Amino acid sequence: MNTSPTKQNDTIWWAVGGIAAVVIVAAALWFVFGGGASSSSSQAGVPSDLDFATTRTTNQGVFEVTIEPALDPLSINQLHQWELQVKTKDGQPVDDAEITIGGGMPQHGHGLPTQPQVTEALGNGSYRVEGVRFNMAGWWEFNVNIAANGQSDDVTFNLSLQ
Amino acid sequence: MKAKIFAIVLIVGALGAIGVLSFVMLSQPQWTDEEIDTLKSLWIGSLGQLPPDPSNAYADNPAAAELGQQLFFDTRFSGNGQVSCATCHQPDLAFTDGRAQSKGIGETRRSAPSLVGLSYSPWYFWDGRKDSQWAQALGPMEDANEHGGNRTQYAHLISENYREAYEAVFGALPDLTSFPASAGPVADAEASDAWRELSFEDRETVSRIYANMGKAIAAYQRHIQPGASRFDEYVQALLEGDKEKVKIALSTDEVAGLRLFMGKGSCTQCHNGPMLANNDFHSTGTPLSNGVFADRGRTDGMLEVIEDEFNCLSKYSDADPEACVELRFLPPNGSEFLGAFKTPTLRNVAETAPYMHAGQMATLEEVMDHYNEAPAGPHSHTDLFELNLTDQELAQLVAYMKTLSGPVFAP
Ligand code: HEC
Ligand code: HEC
Ligand SMILES: [Cu+2]
Repeated sequence: MNTSPTKQNDTIWWAVGGIAAVVIVAAALWFVFGGGASSSSSQAGVPSDLDFATTRTTNQGVFEVTIEPALDPLSINQLHQWELQVKTKDGQPVDDAEITIGGGMPQHGHGLPTQPQVTEALGNGSYRVEGVRFNMAGWWEFNVNIAANGQSDDVTFNLSLQ
Repeated sequence: MKAKIFAIVLIVGALGAIGVLSFVMLSQPQWTDEEIDTLKSLWIGSLGQLPPDPSNAYADNPAAAELGQQLFFDTRFSGNGQVSCATCHQPDLAFTDGRAQSKGIGETRRSAPSLVGLSYSPWYFWDGRKDSQWAQALGPMEDANEHGGNRTQYAHLISENYREAYEAVFGALPDLTSFPASAGPVADAEASDAWRELSFEDRETVSRIYANMGKAIAAYQRHIQPGASRFDEYVQALLEGDKEKVKIALSTDEVAGLRLFMGKGSCTQCHNGPMLANNDFHSTGTPLSNGVFADRGRTDGMLEVIEDEFNCLSKYSDADPEACVELRFLPPNGSEFLGAFKTPTLRNVAETAPYMHAGQMATLEEVMDHYNEAPAGPHSHTDLFELNLTDQELAQLVAYMKTLSGPVFAP
């Protein structure tokens, strides 16, 4: 016997202590990183770099469009109005534009639950849009097509509904 | 010796850590501010005023509601004197009938939904083929499988039994003595022939009385409202910061189910707002009705509501056409809604089995299996996705839904 009983005991105690230390560290990590909190999966698949700007330049750079929902905060299940402002790229208000609205939820593959329409040209490049409603929480796209001055262009706004 | 002391200290530390963790895991979980907002939006306290119904000038008229209540329960308004609205919408079953297909004179093809808090919805029927609650009431009354009566029969009944109450609300009844006992645009050949023989004006006279009956019945139904459930008490306690009450209002499993409902289950995508229903149309891949019929749902409902004789834009409506916003802004592409049905309320859902538009599922457990698997269904499309929840999680969701039962208030 070249290992004494005390030495053997020591080894066991070191081992037990080591395991206990691992448990403490694991527990601490679990605590810090909030292992128990369930994450909401409904947002899965939303691109992380979505731009939620409410003023955007149309895809071909022809117009600059600003959206202004009359519902604040923007929330689900309420039919409401918006105001749209349309300018040329050098800031001139665009009147007499033909505007069509579309959109939907890219993650769910469905469109808007209503067909919003421009019901009034308010002058100075502003238009009233009626009949807007969102019926699910999450990421929505809102497409605006504008035809004016013999040119036509589109722009897509991203919205996050609660 | 040193090793022993060192180890003992660590063991005590480890036990302490495990203790703290189990306490954290077992005690009521914390909600984030965002989750509290969602909880509040589902809470009964967020039910605002009833939306006005511009198409029904009597919607909030108490005398109309009183008349409507009597009509709702009166079996004389039927082909065989035995069917009233309450035959299929029984007050003690949250205004459902416990059947997959309802039974009036014959059998309906769909299941009778709850009427509780329904007046918050802009659409009526599973497919939304009616845009007001008064126009809805006029459907079953002349359907051969439901009440199975007809318009002149009902007009005579009103004039003989409800003259005073009717005239107090809607003004003088016309003289009906020359009108046939049975006539209306119904399946019955004799009554339908008699209807065609009436002049345009006479038909309109009768139809106006018929529409007014619907308006009175709708005024009554606006008073059928939900009361606070255990879920609502839980949310109220949370909002008031009453920690003791929060602990006892719901069990750990029920809270876990609620968390799944708002989180991994994505149920609040459609079952949202204080009625736990967005009142809009979604494809959820529900199986064939009766195992045979591929119900087209909203695709047909959209076409029908546009054609409906009693819609918001009709001459029987009290609305300025501008106010008929649902029809004005109806989406143009009906085919997108093939097999889509209106999201039903989950309030009192434990009492409204069987489930889905044709009672395809007998229990909430069956409903949960459907959501977990998310089959494409008869129209090869569903808005749902596979949830991959465990049996325990599915049971927790069911436990949560059972907390949504509360009193139903109806005059
Ligand atoms: C024979 C059974 C039966 C009778 C009688 C009956 N209903 Fe119904 N009710 C149903 C069924 C089935 C549905 C669903 C039909 C559908 O969506 O196509 C329904 C749907 C409804 C809805 C729409 C619910 C929703 O979620 O949109 C309302 C409101 C309603 N009934 C009220 C009434 C009133 C008022 C009467 C009396 C005038 C009445 N019902 C008579 C069976 C009946
Ligand atoms: C995409 C929208 C959507 C989502 C997400 C959704 N539901 Fe539904 N739910 C519906 C629609 C629509 C119906 C009616 C379908 C039918 O009758 O064919 C329904 C029906 C039900 C019913 C039957 C109610 C009755 O009275 O017949 C229950 C229970 C239910 N859902 C619970 C849930 C739960 C729990 C979840 C989450 C796991 C969930 N739903 C997610 C739209 C949805
Ligand atoms: Cu969606």
